[in-house]
This record gives sequence, C-alpha cells and structure tokens, in this order.
Amino acid sequence: MIKRFIHQFASPKTYLFQVDKVYRYILYISLIIYSFSLTWGLLFTPEDFVQGNSYRIIYLHVPASFISQSLYAIMAIASITYLIWRVKLAAYFIIAIAPIGAMTTFIALISGSIWGIPTWGTWWQWDARITSTLILFIMYLGLISLHNSFSNYEKADKLLSWLVIVGFVNIPIIKKSVDWWSTLHQSASITLTDKPSIDPSMLYPLIGCIIGFFGLIICLVILSSKYQIFKRERKKSWVKEYV
Amino acid sequence: MHPHRRKRLFNIILVLLFSTSGIGLILYSLNKNLDYFFTPTELKTINIPEDKRIKIGGMVLENSVVREQSKVIFTVTDYKNYIEVVYEGIVPDLFKEGSGVVALGFMQNETFYAQEVLAKHDENYMPPNLNINNDN
Repeated sequence: MIKRFIHQFASPKTYLFQVDKVYRYILYISLIIYSFSLTWGLLFTPEDFVQGNSYRIIYLHVPASFISQSLYAIMAIASITYLIWRVKLAAYFIIAIAPIGAMTTFIALISGSIWGIPTWGTWWQWDARITSTLILFIMYLGLISLHNSFSNYEKADKLLSWLVIVGFVNIPIIKKSVDWWSTLHQSASITLTDKPSIDPSMLYPLIGCIIGFFGLIICLVILSSKYQIFKRERKKSWVKEYV
Repeated sequence: MHPHRRKRLFNIILVLLFSTSGIGLILYSLNKNLDYFFTPTELKTINIPEDKRIKIGGMVLENSVVREQSKVIFTVTDYKNYIEVVYEGIVPDLFKEGSGVVALGFMQNETFYAQEVLAKHDENYMPPNLNINNDN
C-alpha cells in the first residue's frame, strides 16, 4: 500500500493537484509562527550581556544558514531518488530548490557580515566556516547555471544529480568546520547532545524563527516546483486542465 | 530491488565514497594550514620567521590590559602559554579581559606586534542580569 501511495504521489500530476490543499495550511501556520517568533525575538527578549542589541541578528542568520544546509541535504535525497528510481518529480525538485538554496545562503552570508562588523571588528575573514559557506553559495549558483546550459532536460537532470551528490561532502564540512579548525566564527550554541549555551529566553523565539522560516521556505519550494512542472509538462493535457 | 537499480545505488555509494575520501585526503594534508590562527602553545613549538605575518588567537588574560596613549598592551593566552601583544589602534567593542581575541601581525623577540585586532565571540548568549548571578 505504501508503495502504491508513493507511486501515485510521485507522479507530477497527482502532486500538482494535491499539493495546493496542504500549501495553504503550511503558509498560514508558518506565517503565524514566524511573525510571532520574530516579534518576540526582536522586541521582547533581553539584550545579550556582551553584544547588546546586535545579537538579535541571529533571528535571521541562524534560520537562514540552517535552512541553506538543510535544502542541500533535501536536494541530495532527491538526487538519489532520481538516479535510482528515475522519479521525474524528484528531478524537478532538485532544480526547484537550487535557487532558493542560493538565496538562503546569500542571506546567511550577508547577515553574518553585518553582525561581524560590531562583534568581530571585520565583515569578512577567510576562516573555515565562512569560506565553506561561500563555497556552498557558489555551488548552488554553479548547479543553476549548469542546468540552464543544457537544452536536453533529461541529460541536465542526470548530471545535476551526480554533482549534487559529489558536492554533498561540503555539508558536514560546514557543520564541523568550527570544531575541526580554529576559526573566528564561534562554535555551535545549539547541539543535539549538550545543553544549549544560549539562554532559554533567547532560545525559544529562535526555535520558533527556525520553524517558521522553514515553513515559508517550503512554501517557496512548492511554488518553485509547480513552476518546474508547468515548464516541463506544459504539453500534457492535465496541465491545461489544472490551469 | 531491481538489478538495474541496485547497480545505480552501488554507483552512487561509490561516487560518495570517492568524493568524501578525495576531499578528506585534501583536508587532511592541508590540516594545520586551514587553521585561522596559531595558539600560544603552537607558537612555542614551531619557528616562525620574524618577517612572516601571522595570526594568533586565544583569550585576553585577566588584568593584563595596559593602555599607554594610543597603544594597547595585553597578554594572549590559552592558559598554558602566554604571549605579550603590542597594538597601536582602536580595539573592537567586544575586546575585553577574559574573552577571545585574534591578532594579525609579526612575532619579534617573544613579543607580538599586532597590526589588526579582532574580537572572537564565544557561543554563550544570555541576558545581563543572569550573567551577574552566574559570576557570584
């Protein structure tokens, strides 16, 4: 039964007709969570004991960098699915996610730089964390331009999937860079194993921001994947029926 | 699993294995070169020419900061070894005793002459009143 369900949902047609039902809920719920947490974080949390008010940029920076890495992981899963089972929808997802991943990585880099000026006294240093994040940004751009350079979609999808898998090695490097080498960037405040080194009064709105921002990004991914379906399946009768 | 699919899965695992081991070997051979700064202990064990610009990092030793006109003199430590740093210029707002620092400059006769001083923030975030409670 599970197999049949996956088979059905993996067809672009079912996906296109079903996704609108959940889209609205994800959008409204994450909008509520995000605006609530962001207001809480920016206006009603205490100042940090050394950074003062400038620490509040984490409510943008941490969600953006977390999601930029998660999106790459999702792309890698989609790539493996496409390469093994040749699920067309998975291939649409890879190229639908890439520009959104580039955008969130860009937000992470810019917000980090803005935070760096009052905190470190510099906006850019070539330390392991910052450099590996820049590599992630360039990789996203590379994947997009590679896909655009092909006129044959199927060839582009295959090559893109392989490249996404090869590039996945960068994700654990970004994650562990602050532990493996000495960096200007501080090590993680929130880990799975230890008690967070960020006070609960600042942590709860941060978690809300991460969840809310993730929901909004998923909405963007849904819209972007629908665009890919329209573009690639425009000759199908059911696309005309949907429109 | 279908034999075609098993073959493709095998190929994916192979590619993952090769790419991680390739990058892993590169990072392993670069190892210390990827470090952003030297710690005082590392500086003691390796010999660095006086005209080579390097970065050192560590904590600013408590009660070590002396200001003389535009000069700032302080001690950087990893609580094992100590290095005196002389810097002429403005230090960042977050520069203070007992917190992290990274300095860029030259090592000359046991003294480090810094051209640039950056504050290194740690992973702790808390409101000011809580910090006072923790100190007591």
